[in-house]
Amino acid sequence: MAILEVRNIEKHFGATRVLEDISFELERGQALAIIGSSGSGKTTLLRCLNFLETPDQGSISVEGSVIFDAADPATQKESELRKKRLHFGMVFQSFNLFPQYTALENVTLAVKLLAKERQDYKQNKNRILAEIEDEGKALLERMGLSDRADHYPHQLSGGQQQRVAIARALALHPDILCFDEPTSALDPELTGEVLKVIRSLADQKTTMIIVTHEMAFARDVADQVIFMDGGVIVEQGPAKEVIDNPKQERTRQFLSRYAEN
Amino acid sequence: MFWQVTLSILKGCGEAAELFFLTLLFSLPLGLVISFGSMSKWTPFRKLYGRQNRFLHGLARIRPISTITNTVVWIIRGTPLMLQLIIVFYGPGMWFDANPWNLFADGRMFACVLTFVVNYACYFSVIFRGGIEGVPVGQREAGQVLGMTKTQIFFKVTLLQMIKQVVPPMSNEIITLVKDTSLARIIAITEIIKAGESFMKSDGITWPLFYTAVFYLAFVGALTLLFGWIERKMDYFR
Repeated sequence: MAILEVRNIEKHFGATRVLEDISFELERGQALAIIGSSGSGKTTLLRCLNFLETPDQGSISVEGSVIFDAADPATQKESELRKKRLHFGMVFQSFNLFPQYTALENVTLAVKLLAKERQDYKQNKNRILAEIEDEGKALLERMGLSDRADHYPHQLSGGQQQRVAIARALALHPDILCFDEPTSALDPELTGEVLKVIRSLADQKTTMIIVTHEMAFARDVADQVIFMDGGVIVEQGPAKEVIDNPKQERTRQFLSRYAEN
Repeated sequence: MFWQVTLSILKGCGEAAELFFLTLLFSLPLGLVISFGSMSKWTPFRKLYGRQNRFLHGLARIRPISTITNTVVWIIRGTPLMLQLIIVFYGPGMWFDANPWNLFADGRMFACVLTFVVNYACYFSVIFRGGIEGVPVGQREAGQVLGMTKTQIFFKVTLLQMIKQVVPPMSNEIITLVKDTSLARIIAITEIIKAGESFMKSDGITWPLFYTAVFYLAFVGALTLLFGWIERKMDYFR
């Protein structure tokens, strides 16, 4: 069974339709790349999955259970939305690290706040907090940042900041990790270190959705690719197939523009 | 004579300091509440949106809380503090034949603090709003996707970044407050200026009036050091 099922998502901003009839599935352990030109709706789609935008139509199911259905108000309660968001992790284009916290605090803050809701929090407070700290440190180590744990975001390079942001998202153990153009705000020489981390996550079978402009990366790392244009899915399929042999004319045009650059 | 004048002005300083600290104590939190009010997006009539009747359709867009708070802020910021003091302290007696300020041990000071608190809270609210809106949307969104509640996002993410942003404009406003305490004399509170000026009538000397500047300068100097220290304290992040 697919871990994520998106059915007929539609989204309007005022009179502009930004997403139209978006449907796709994602299997556990697979990486999905969403490609397309700017303004094609890729980011909005990702924001809908994280409930940063509310779709006007359609439904989202995780592991077979409907977590959002535009037709069913019972699935849209603000109080439950917060918990449902935790199915998804999100890595932003502009990192959005909290500037007043160190790298480690950025990674552990939300986990510590969530731990307070645990029934046994009061009795085992010190143990729980120590575990969270250890896990945060281990995550930073996985990102190659163990020596940067006590640095503040402004003391880190863009690539390091983005890796902290990835660790922060992983700390909550999301079912699906979403990346919104994770390297677009980075200098070319810093792009590699972030892509390397994402690649290693793919090797460890992390379920991921990656909105990206890095075609070669999408082709190598993703299992599936969705090409979007004008708010609709033009083509979807196995990554190598879509990128090497696109069936649709629009996909071909888009990819050939990349080949030229 | 010098010591007599200094002592008298110091007493005025006591009144001014009482007014200053009480005003800050209450107007800072009240200003935050007002800033939330002015940012309120609550539209109780939104169900009327799209009605044929243009009046009902227009009603749907109304945000009563932010409209009311913005009107109050406009009135308070749009009229002189001195006039507000006169209205609050003398108004009830003049128009309603009742002086509620007699009910308090120090009615003049009470009325004065009340007026100052409301006045300064309105100014602070605008600074706070700027500070809150100055925190990038991405910060709140990052908190949301990490499963934090609205309250957690405000206190753990937004608040400190907002404070950092508002310290410079707040220091301006607070320094103005020091000097605005001199307005209290209009309802016969013996603050610093009145204390200094009184020697003109009683002893025919003018230097005590100008001597009061030293006290304001000392007070503001201490505050300047304090704000500099706070700004340095928050230099660790950007």
